[in-house]
Amino acid sequence: MALSPHGGRLVQVRAIEGSNEKIKELSENSRIRVSEETRVQMLNISNGVLSPVTGFMGKADYENVIENMRLADDTPWTIPVLLHVPDDFVAGTSDEITLVDDNTRPLGILEFEELFSISKKEYAKKVFGTEEEAHPGVAKAYASSDRVVSGKLKSVARLDAGGFENYTLSPKETRVLFVEKGWKDVIAFQTRNAPHIGHEYVQKTGLAFADGIFINPVLGKKKAGDFTDEVILETYQALVKNYYPKNSVVLSVLHYEMQYAGPKEAIMHAIMRKNFGCSHIAIGRDHAGVGNYYGPYAAHEIFKEFPDLGIQAVFFREFFYCNKCAGIANEKICPHLESDRLSFSGTKLRKMFQSGETPPKEFMRPEVSQVILKSKTPFVE
Amino acid sequence: MPQTTTQSKYTTVSIPITLHDRIEKMIIKKSGFKSVSDYVTYVLREVVAMHETKDVPEPFTSTDVEEIKARLKALGYL
Ligand SMILES: [Zn+2]
Repeated sequence: MALSPHGGRLVQVRAIEGSNEKIKELSENSRIRVSEETRVQMLNISNGVLSPVTGFMGKADYENVIENMRLADDTPWTIPVLLHVPDDFVAGTSDEITLVDDNTRPLGILEFEELFSISKKEYAKKVFGTEEEAHPGVAKAYASSDRVVSGKLKSVARLDAGGFENYTLSPKETRVLFVEKGWKDVIAFQTRNAPHIGHEYVQKTGLAFADGIFINPVLGKKKAGDFTDEVILETYQALVKNYYPKNSVVLSVLHYEMQYAGPKEAIMHAIMRKNFGCSHIAIGRDHAGVGNYYGPYAAHEIFKEFPDLGIQAVFFREFFYCNKCAGIANEKICPHLESDRLSFSGTKLRKMFQSGETPPKEFMRPEVSQVILKSKTPFVE
Repeated sequence: MPQTTTQSKYTTVSIPITLHDRIEKMIIKKSGFKSVSDYVTYVLREVVAMHETKDVPEPFTSTDVEEIKARLKALGYL
């Protein structure tokens, strides 16, 4: 029996065919120039990653999502999918809108439904739990307009995957792949990092009970100091090739802009992986968090509110290297002192790489370190 | 008129008083639920989701599968 997509149906938006139709629709409709983030959302709506959402949210869905963490039909959903438009936007007479990129190339056709305003402060407070502009998600919300347009995506142009086409699988494809591999229990691993040993242990602990692991790194806009997309993909390829049993891993990327909404984003991460056909998702410490905005295990707690999520979260405590255990451990299995432990800190790793140092093998696999050391630009500037 | 306040988004369902009291007794002992209504909502969502997702067919046809398998093979996933 297949694992149900979220909301019971895998959304598929048809592709715009033929250039004549493209030109016609472009010239007759009013247009909205959309951001790269919106373009990526269109990609994810069109291939069902964001099922059952079929377009940009209207007022009823928006309000229920921020108030009750559910779509208007009661389906769990924690972060609104909005299309912001300039304050002076006029919908025009046509009931369709062409969404275009910076070069006015059409990206898709929207069936216009509503034009309404949101309170950015309320959005910030409800989604991120803070109104502080120091939070990157809040800053982004404040910088966008408070006018939004809703509607169903009628069709989309071929939306490119920024050079990562060969590593981008759609939910339809992963679902077929898992069936072909004979996997029933598939645990998803969300990441935006090059893997250190701590990540590997989370994955392998999951793999110990599942049939396979779906490693699904997030590519797209990142913060300065984060690993670049190329390095994230290549380091994972090195790790999988050298340290995983054959046929135990599917590695494919997700085009998605991190929101840093902590617990609420953890739910969205789970929903997206459910749509890819995963039965489980690994949720670590401070999942999708930033700074000190969320408790270290707030992203674990929130799952209790969703008995109907349809994907099982597997919660992990942080792994570290313990000198006394002489191996990788975590709080649940190691009785030793803090001073016996070496924690896997991203900041520490970055400093080592910036000074050309190879981290110890207890910290990161040498094959993974090599990829980073060989890269001219391992970090986002 | 459309109702938009969160308060208006609730309705009443009747359950036997005996069941209500039984749930109330139980949740006083166990933390996690604020009220009988919270508990009932939680349990119903769990059960309804189970029924809704029973025997959902895969969202693709056999032609889709052949095409998808060809791409997966070309990319080295199969
Ligand atoms: Zn120990």
